Amino acid sequence: MSILVDKNTKVMTQGMTGKTGMFHTLQCKKYANGANAFVAGVTPGKGGQSFEGIPVFDSVREAKQQTGASVSVIYVPPPYAAAAILEAVEAELDLVICITEGIPVHDMIDVRYRMRGKKTLLIGPNCPGIITPDEIKIGIMPGHIHKKGGIGVVSRSGTLTYEAVGQLMEVGLGQSTCVGIGGDPVNGLKHIDVMKMYNDDPETEAVVMVGEIGGTDEEVCARWIRDNMKKPVIGFVAGLTAPPGKRMGHAGAIISGGEGSAEQKIEVMESCGIRVTRNPSEIGKLVKSVL
Amino acid sequence: MKIHEYQAKQILGEYGVPVPQGFAAFSVAEAVERASGLRGSVRVVKAQIHAGGRGKAGGVKVTKSAAELESAARAIYGMKLVTPQTGEEGRIVRRLLVEEGADIRSEYYAGLVVDRVSQRVVLIGSREGGTEIEEVAKEHPELIHKIVIDPGKGVDPLEAADLARKMGIPEAAVEQAVRIFGSLYRAFVEKDAMLLEINPLVLNGNGHLVALDAKINFDDNALYRHPELVALRDLDEEDPAEIEASKFGLSYISLDGNIGCLVNGAGLAMATMDIVKLQGASPANFLDVGGGATVEKVTEAFKLMLGNPRVKVIFVNIFGGIMKCDVIAEGVGEAARQVSLQVPLVVRLEGTNVELGKKILAESGLPIIAANTMMEAAKVAVEASKGN
Repeated sequence: MSILVDKNTKVMTQGMTGKTGMFHTLQCKKYANGANAFVAGVTPGKGGQSFEGIPVFDSVREAKQQTGASVSVIYVPPPYAAAAILEAVEAELDLVICITEGIPVHDMIDVRYRMRGKKTLLIGPNCPGIITPDEIKIGIMPGHIHKKGGIGVVSRSGTLTYEAVGQLMEVGLGQSTCVGIGGDPVNGLKHIDVMKMYNDDPETEAVVMVGEIGGTDEEVCARWIRDNMKKPVIGFVAGLTAPPGKRMGHAGAIISGGEGSAEQKIEVMESCGIRVTRNPSEIGKLVKSVL
Repeated sequence: MKIHEYQAKQILGEYGVPVPQGFAAFSVAEAVERASGLRGSVRVVKAQIHAGGRGKAGGVKVTKSAAELESAARAIYGMKLVTPQTGEEGRIVRRLLVEEGADIRSEYYAGLVVDRVSQRVVLIGSREGGTEIEEVAKEHPELIHKIVIDPGKGVDPLEAADLARKMGIPEAAVEQAVRIFGSLYRAFVEKDAMLLEINPLVLNGNGHLVALDAKINFDDNALYRHPELVALRDLDEEDPAEIEASKFGLSYISLDGNIGCLVNGAGLAMATMDIVKLQGASPANFLDVGGGATVEKVTEAFKLMLGNPRVKVIFVNIFGGIMKCDVIAEGVGEAARQVSLQVPLVVRLEGTNVELGKKILAESGLPIIAANTMMEAAKVAVEASKGN
């Protein structure tokens, strides 16, 4: 078991014929069951072509009909990424993973508005993607640092997720599924949504929740954990030293109006029973200690 | 991206929001000369910098004669304005806004933000205008009123009228408030704003609502479709190091410590700053080189950090993913040679091909201190920073 994706998932790549799309599709195809999983590409106007044996279609709907792919990963450039997400939503895919960084926030507000009542789930944008180790990798994370196991990792940041995974491996712990939910203020799945899935996944024994400054998602998730979570959760929040009013790289990583500081998040998380470390070097050890 | 108050008022004016008559002046002479064209005899001289808290710091003066106006303009133009938002170093005033005076009867607050929870735009109103809204939210949360705006419909007139009444706007002016709220929202969406504040929105002696101050921050990710906004950018108001960084696709923020941090990824960059702090020192900067730490990017990053005289040591923390550690190690070595690095360099590499990367660094002949974990690297970096 795992959450959201496994070895049977069929994936299409939107924007596969661009430089980033080609590179990462190839990397994903090489990982575990990737050769069977990556079955289609979508680039309007390039239907009928193929890349590395993967057929390219003009539209998401056509790719879905022809190949049965129910999940899409998006590498389309920012000005066109919102339309790409909506195309996947209209085609009623199960899951859309948007890697693209730099989508205007008002475009995402429009996307989220049009997604209401639809079945499609969205991960990202501005995220590394999702991986179920030894089964499938959909996104830009380095596959080989992972191995199958019982720890779920959910994070707003890319390399910090790899850091957490690296530390888990150091103490001999594999992962069930790792989900990068992305660093934008308006996005798809939040910590709480992924946490609920880990709670229901028999393979996940404990969860690492990596947060960062900005917004209140970590607090909302922490309160849900306090009332519902059956498994231990380990937390880390990046940005204890971040000054207010400055955007720390990610569009969503900003302390504004007295809201979103790391100290405040850690306080709420700890009060909800989450073991939080202030030392990003000790995430792995802390997980090991609660199992 | 931030803009000046006078620029924000110009944009809002185009959307039909009532703003005081006024003009921007780039010299004292210009302020004096053009002021005679304004209505009435009371004029307000306002320092134009990208930071709030100007009034209390002496950056806003009300004048009643030409002589007073000139002395106010002289006092403010060129002054170093230090407000809670500028930091200790303050900002030099290079532009003035000269406006007709307002006959203020009541002050309100109106603002628009992108709300992460509802994933929509939220309109905020309060009867407590003219003060810091964060303070009001803390002390008197009951005086803050909000409406979540449906992106498909825009501002609902009934909800807007209700908000205006809750803000204490008199019945005779509710209609005006509804129109203003609608205009503010249209400007907010069409101009890709992240934050818009009218503080205060005032009711004057004639019963008219006027935006007496205005602040708009725009979404950097949407500037590609707003050349008219890019033209409003004032580089004098930005940190030169941050401007330089943006040219090379680096995300850089100056801080006040002495350990220069170079990291790939925003989250890991913040975590690196945090661990430096845990070790009892302070980071000199936030610096995210992005996914591809190329020789060019790392070289530029080194130059930026070394341009800060406080930097005593450079701490490189890279998690090599798709970008392999050996490639990064080559890049770091090459960059260190190019800038003839004089301060200690602590490097922590992890991820793909890490052993090869470490070997390259060890054999580079450069005085690089290698570390295995973030914690170890931070300890070494902090030690090294004290040795200089």
